Amino acid sequence: MRRERSLMLDTATRLLFPTLLLASLFLLVVGHDQPGGGFSGGLVAGAALVLRFLAGGEAETRTALRLRPGLLLAAGVLAASGTGAVPLLLGEPLLTAGKTSLRLPVIGAWIGEVALSTTLLFEAGVYAVVLGLVQTLLRTLGSDSEEHQ
Amino acid sequence: MAAVPLARRLGKVALLVCAAGPLAAVVWSATRAPGVIRGESVVETIEWVPGLDLALTVRLDGFALLMVLIVSGVGVAIFGYAARYLSDDDPLPRFTAALTGFAGAMLGVVLADHLLLLYVCWELTSLASYLLIGHKGAEKEQRRAALQALLVTTAGGFVMLGGFVLLGQAAGTYRLSGLVADPPDGTLVAVALGLVLVGIATKSAQVPVHGWLPAAMVAPTPVSAYLHAAAMVKAGVYLAARLAPAFGAVAGWRAAVLVLGSASILVGGWQALRERDLKRLLAYSTISQLGLLMVLLGVGIPEATTAGVTLLLAHALAKSALFMTAGVLDHAAGTRDLEELRGAGRRSPALALTVLAAAASLAGLPPLLGFVAKEEAVSALLDTGGGVGVLALVAVSAGAVLTVGYAVRAVWLPILARGPSSAGPDDTGERRWEAPGPAFLASGAVLGGTGLVLGVVPALVSPLLIAAATSLTPLAPREPLHLWPGLGLPLTVSAFTIAAGLALAAVVARRAQPVLRRLLPAADRVGDAALYGVERLCHRVIGVLQPGSLPVYLTVILATALVIPGTALLRAASPGLPARATDSTLQLVVGLFVVVTAVAVLRARHRFAAVLVLGTLGYAVAALFAVHGAPDLALTQFLVETVTLVAFALVLRRLPSSFTTRRSPRVVAGRGALAGALGLLVAMLALSATQVPNDRPVSEFYLDEAESAGGSNVVSVILSDFRALDTLGEITVVAVATLGVLHLLRARREEDEG
Repeated sequence: MRRERSLMLDTATRLLFPTLLLASLFLLVVGHDQPGGGFSGGLVAGAALVLRFLAGGEAETRTALRLRPGLLLAAGVLAASGTGAVPLLLGEPLLTAGKTSLRLPVIGAWIGEVALSTTLLFEAGVYAVVLGLVQTLLRTLGSDSEEHQ
Repeated sequence: MAAVPLARRLGKVALLVCAAGPLAAVVWSATRAPGVIRGESVVETIEWVPGLDLALTVRLDGFALLMVLIVSGVGVAIFGYAARYLSDDDPLPRFTAALTGFAGAMLGVVLADHLLLLYVCWELTSLASYLLIGHKGAEKEQRRAALQALLVTTAGGFVMLGGFVLLGQAAGTYRLSGLVADPPDGTLVAVALGLVLVGIATKSAQVPVHGWLPAAMVAPTPVSAYLHAAAMVKAGVYLAARLAPAFGAVAGWRAAVLVLGSASILVGGWQALRERDLKRLLAYSTISQLGLLMVLLGVGIPEATTAGVTLLLAHALAKSALFMTAGVLDHAAGTRDLEELRGAGRRSPALALTVLAAAASLAGLPPLLGFVAKEEAVSALLDTGGGVGVLALVAVSAGAVLTVGYAVRAVWLPILARGPSSAGPDDTGERRWEAPGPAFLASGAVLGGTGLVLGVVPALVSPLLIAAATSLTPLAPREPLHLWPGLGLPLTVSAFTIAAGLALAAVVARRAQPVLRRLLPAADRVGDAALYGVERLCHRVIGVLQPGSLPVYLTVILATALVIPGTALLRAASPGLPARATDSTLQLVVGLFVVVTAVAVLRARHRFAAVLVLGTLGYAVAALFAVHGAPDLALTQFLVETVTLVAFALVLRRLPSSFTTRRSPRVVAGRGALAGALGLLVAMLALSATQVPNDRPVSEFYLDEAESAGGSNVVSVILSDFRALDTLGEITVVAVATLGVLHLLRARREEDEG
């Protein structure tokens, strides 16, 4: 069945979806120093996906995120555990974080040194798992309920 | 893991590529061999959790070197053989992956110096065995055999783990080398050894838990030749040999191993004499030979150690070669029945020679390695004397007689006997025979030939074997091995056993033919019955514990949460009230709002309304966090609340809109009491947690260390650095649960549609 799409919601979604995704990445990156982190970031990205769902149903979430749900989950767990396992190979205890800082070209003059840490990769794993969770939720429960209406 | 895509792309060639793994192990250990033979040992350690003395420690000493060479050397041959044996219909990716994984895990077993690492590798070999026996999984017999092997060996392994933990606690170390160097004693140790022995017996298919091995012969022949002849079944013998020198004196060990080994020698040998299926004959023969090895290596007779390791090598070479030739015969003639194979081997001289060499080594005929091993064993046991020595000698001699008997049986009909003399009604014309290519024969011929070369020139392998024996116990004999021991008592015993074996074979051949294939042994049926019993019990327990009602689950979970920490809290000093009621008026306002919404949730008549109000409640709590100065917590709470609300809404579309069933007042009162008590408990916990007298709250440590971890948001640093392992565990749980939900719902949808 086709539902009526609300013009308001559609337009708002168009505006909000990329903004929310950007915000989620922001939360992911600043997480180490300010409120945020992989979990919050993933949830915001998930919320963005929910918005698309509300605007256009389950099919819309498929176009918004074409990956298979299992892929995000697996990639997330792999990224996190991989970050944890690499120090083992280097002879450090499990999950030791490595960090470095570098000066980016061009914009480096304004923002100064950028601190990088492998924790970011770990957080990215958490982010992917959370986003995968929301995506699975929408695909399974979302499509189910549509069929049964 | 890389083997799966590799095999998808390359097919059977992937097997040859994966043979590089064991080949590398052979080369690596060969480079270390001179040092190891001089008596040094190579130790590598990766600390994992130093606080728990958990380390990935591998240790290469003489015995480990011998085992590595057997496991990997035979492994290379097997990979080459499997590439010819399997066809493209076989599940190659899984087979290749499992076989490679097995080779790796088996190396882990023989190299591990840490008991728990050994246990993990041990169980990995069982898992690989399950996958390899099950193979295509199309036939019921295969699935049953695979499951039986898995259950028996992992159950034994699990019991063994209990023994390991007891041993480790008693000795204060989990290092195998440390344990053997300074063995603990006491009743506890005897119990622990008993448990370990259960694991050893199941893995090495000792009577009475041997039934899985003949059943496992439904596996493809490369698997039988590798796992069930050369490598995996030797794991039990390996561990027994490691422990015996140190723990031989512990009460019961000697007797238990001697009984186990002797029973296996006799039962296995007897069954092998009666078996008509070539592969099952070889399987029973393996049980018998493993019994021999247990007697020589596991009882703890230092004099027999050198003989034991020699027999270990001889058996690995001969038995794998025999299995491989059995597979060749099976492919070429399309049958494994000895009677139907009559004269088949005569068509391929190379095959016939391989079979003869391997069977002669097995039977202990000169000039093969098996003969050298048997001579050494007999003379060592004669030297030992005493009750144990005599009993062991009797067992070994009986085993040797039986071995000659079934070895002759294994070669008589397929190789030595002429083809069918009288053409039966179904036997007219040419029988099926597809000539095997040279590459198919090569692996078996190499292994069988090695047994011959080493038998003629034992000096080639003598230093290795002596290093292996002396690394187990310094008391092992150090004289180099000889092919010709000179006339004497040992040779007389040998000659007698060979003659008796030949006579036995002749009697069996005349009297017991055709021996009908025996029904599944009784042990098998007992195992099945036990399995079904456990399954029924599980159904019943699950029926009680998992009625499928969410309110019941919640009640159980919450009641547990209430009772266990609640008791602890009551026993501790009861906390006083906090110093001040609120930090700001805003807190009071938001707090009151939380209370009001909570009451509203309870009064809601419609599900949707209840969910919405619950969401509001969550937001209000988040606001409380924010007011309290925990922006991270507030942010997360807000977001979680949003997503949960959506999830709820999606589920609610499928449920009736209002709460349908009215609960009786008693149920409502009970639940209300539980909820109230739980709320009180959480409040009390929060109160007491803030009032625990502590020199230095953990929060200060976190705040100090956060900077060093490179972040100024302490909450994030805790989650992704200090407690990163927890976080990792949590996201893994989330991912697994999500996948579970995904598949449950998918399966349900398919059911609905189909």
